[in-house]
Amino acid sequence: MRETTESPQHSHEDQPQTHHERPGFFRRYFWSTDHKIIGSQYLFTGMAMALVGGFTVYAFRMQLAFPGQSVPGWGRVTASDYNALVTTHGSVMIFWVAMPVLIAALGNYLIPLMIGCDDMVFPRINRLSYQLFLISALVLLGSFLVQGGAFGGAWTSYPPLSAKPQYNLTPAGASLWLGAVALEFVAFLLGGINFVTTVMNSRAPGMKMFDIPIVVWMIIIASILFMASVGPLVAGAVMLLFDQLAGTGFFDPAKGGDPVLWQHLFWFFGHPEVYVVMLPAFGIVAEVLTVFSRKKLFAYKTVLYTAVGTGVLSFFVWAHHQFIAGIDPRMANIFSLTTLLISIPVAEMMFVYIATLYGGSIRLATPMLWAIAFIAEFLLGGVTGIFLGSAGSDIYFHDTYFVLAHFHYTFFPIAFISVFAALTHWFPKMYGRLMSETFGKVHFWGTIIPFNFIFIPLFFLGARGDHRRIYDYSNFPDSMRAGMQDLRVLATLSLVVLLAFQVVFLINYFYSIFFGPKAPENPWRANTLEWVAPSPPPHGNFPEGLPNVYRGPYEYSHPDRVEDFWPQNEAG
Amino acid sequence: MISKYVESASSYAPDVDALILVIALVVGFWFLVAEVVLLGLVFRFTEREGVKAKYVSGEDHREKRWVSLPHFATLFFDVLIIVGALRVWSEVKMNMPQADETVRVIAQQWAWTFVHPGPDGKLDTPDDIRTIDELHVEKGKTYHFELTSRDVLHSFSVPVFRLKQDAVPGRIIKGWFRPTLTGQFDIQCVEICGIGHALMPGRIVIEDSDAHAAWLLANTPLTARAPTSPGGQP
Repeated sequence: MRETTESPQHSHEDQPQTHHERPGFFRRYFWSTDHKIIGSQYLFTGMAMALVGGFTVYAFRMQLAFPGQSVPGWGRVTASDYNALVTTHGSVMIFWVAMPVLIAALGNYLIPLMIGCDDMVFPRINRLSYQLFLISALVLLGSFLVQGGAFGGAWTSYPPLSAKPQYNLTPAGASLWLGAVALEFVAFLLGGINFVTTVMNSRAPGMKMFDIPIVVWMIIIASILFMASVGPLVAGAVMLLFDQLAGTGFFDPAKGGDPVLWQHLFWFFGHPEVYVVMLPAFGIVAEVLTVFSRKKLFAYKTVLYTAVGTGVLSFFVWAHHQFIAGIDPRMANIFSLTTLLISIPVAEMMFVYIATLYGGSIRLATPMLWAIAFIAEFLLGGVTGIFLGSAGSDIYFHDTYFVLAHFHYTFFPIAFISVFAALTHWFPKMYGRLMSETFGKVHFWGTIIPFNFIFIPLFFLGARGDHRRIYDYSNFPDSMRAGMQDLRVLATLSLVVLLAFQVVFLINYFYSIFFGPKAPENPWRANTLEWVAPSPPPHGNFPEGLPNVYRGPYEYSHPDRVEDFWPQNEAG
Repeated sequence: MISKYVESASSYAPDVDALILVIALVVGFWFLVAEVVLLGLVFRFTEREGVKAKYVSGEDHREKRWVSLPHFATLFFDVLIIVGALRVWSEVKMNMPQADETVRVIAQQWAWTFVHPGPDGKLDTPDDIRTIDELHVEKGKTYHFELTSRDVLHSFSVPVFRLKQDAVPGRIIKGWFRPTLTGQFDIQCVEICGIGHALMPGRIVIEDSDAHAAWLLANTPLTARAPTSPGGQP
C-alpha cells in the first residue's frame, strides 16, 4: 500500500491526524472537523427540518380540504397562520432540506470518500459552515415565537409586501426570515468553496478528470452555480433588510425604487438554484443506476457536458417567472426561447439514463426502485414545465396550482426520491449495517403512490383556474364548482397517507443503524472508492493508505473480466 | 381542453386554449413514449441467472444516435412550441387593437376598485362610474385596461379571459380584452398580498349592449346626469 505523503496535496496544516486519541463524545459529534460527522450533522438537521416542512404542509392542506375546521395538532388555521405555514413550508423544503441534504450532507459525506482522500481541505471552515447553518435554522424556527408571528409573504418574499410591516403585519418575522436565509447562504458559500477546492486538489493519485464519479461532478457544478448566482440575491437581501429596518426605498416606488427589481435579483439566483439541487440528484441517480444495472454509464462525457450546459443556460432563464410581472413584454420572447432550450440538456440526461438501462442486468433493490422512480416522476415534472416556459400558455397557468404541481413533480423527486435512493444506497457504508429491504419497499410504494395522488389532482385544479396561496376558496364561486373540493380533499388525504408512510422509513433507518445485520465492505459490488474504505469509515477514511486509481468509475460487466465489476483502485 | 372546465369568454381565449392543447398533445405523446421505453427496459433487462450485462460505453458515434436523435426531436418540437407560444403571447400582450373604451383597475389590500368611463365613454370625466369588486363590461366591445396598485403587488386575473397581469405600485400597466360571452365570472388576485389575499374576490359582469346600457343609466352619478334626461328633477 502507498503512503499518504506521496501526494503533496495531502500535506498541510489543517489535515486531521489519522492516528490520534479518541476525542470525547461532545468533541466527536458536535465539534468535529471530520467530514463524515459534519455530513451527518447536515443530514439529521435536514431530516428534522423535513419534519417541520411536512408538518406545515399537513396543517395548511387540512385547512384547504376542510376549511375552518380545527386541524388536529395545530388548531384553527387563520389567514395569517396559513400564509406563515405556506411560507415556512416553501422556505424550509428548499433552503433547509433540499440544499443541506443534497449538497451539504451528501457532498460532505461522499466527496472525500469518492475521490479517495482523508478529509476536506478546509475542515474547520467545514465545521463553521454547519454551525452557521444550524443557527440559520434556529432563527427561522424562532420567528414563529416573535410578535406578529412568522413571515407570511411566500418564499419568494416579494416587496413591497415583505418590505413594510404595515403591509405584512409581521414586523419581526419578515426580518428574521431574511436574516435566516442570508445566514444559510453564507453557510453554503463556505461549503461550496470547500467542495470545489477539495475535488480539484485532493483527488487520489491516478484519478483524472474523467475518472471522477458523476455525483461528485454534479455537486461541484452545483456548488459553482450556487456561488455564481447567490451574489445578486445577497445584495438584494441586504437592500430589502434596509428597506424593512432603516426606511430606505430600494423597492419602494414612492421613494424612487422599483419592486420588480427584487424579482430580478431573486430569480437570477432562484432559477439556477433549481439546478443547484437538481444536478446532485441526477448524480445520485447515475451512481445507483449503474451499480444496480451492472452497466457502464452511457456516454459519461455527454452527461458531464449537458450538466455544464444546463448550468450555463440556467443563468439566462430567470425572467420566465416574471412573464406577467410587468416586465417589458418583448422580454418574454427571449426568455421563452432560453427556457425551452434548457429542456434539451435536461432531456438529454434523461435519455442517457434510460439508454444506460439498455442491456443491463437490473436488480430491483430499494435504491434502484427509487432511482427508476426518480426518472419516471421527473419526466412528468419536466414536460409540464413546457406549458409554463411558453409565454402564451403561461398567461393562463401562472400562479395556479398547475405551477405548484409542476415544480413539486421536479422538487419532490429531487429532494426526496433521489435522497431516499442515496440513503438506502450508501446506508451500509455510513453505518456498516443493512436496512430492511421489506420495510424499504413498503416505504417506497407508500410514498410513490400517494405522491401521484397528491399532485395529479392539483394539475387538474390548476387547469381549472385555482390560484395559489388562498386559504379558503369559498369566496371564489368559480373555484367551488362541482368536484373541485373533492380534488382538494383527495390531495390532502393522499398527503396524510404519504406522511404516515415516512414513519416506516424513520423506523427502518434508525433501527437499522443500531440493530441491522452487519454489512460487508462492498455489499452492492460497486466500483467507486468509497466502497474500498471500511464500513463505517474511520476518521481518516482509508486506514490502509489512500487508494490509487486506475480507471473510470463505471467499468461494470467489462467483457475481459469474469467479475461484473472492476473497482477503480484495483491494479491491472 | 381548458374550455371544457372554464368558459372561454374573450377573443383570444380560444387561441390560448389551442396552444395549450398543442403542447399537451406534443409533450403528452413523448412523455408516454419515454415512460413506456423506461419501464419496458426495466422489465426486459431484469437480472437473469447467467446473463451478463452488455458493455456499452456510449461514446461511439453509432451508439450516441440513441441520444442524439431524441435530442434533435426535442429541439424540433421546442421550436414548434416556441413559435406557437410567441404568436399567442404577442396577440394577448403586445399588439393591442384600438379600444372602444378604457377602464381603470386599481388594486389595494384587499379590494378592487374599477373605474368605468360612464356614458360619455371617457375616463376622468364627472360621469365616471366607480365600483368596488365588480367590473361591468359589454360583450363584443374592445377594452383597454389601466392597471395599478395602491400598496403591494397584486395580480389581475380573469381565468375565463385567459388573462393575467400583475399590478405594480407606481406603475400603470396597460392591457386589453374583448369579451365574447355574457355572464358573471371570477376575478382573482393571484399574487400574494397579505393576510386578506383570499378575501379579494372580484366579479366581472359581461352584459349585452341593452343590459349594459341599463346598468350605465342606473349607476351614472346623479350630479353627472344630463339635465334633460327623463326624470331629471333632483
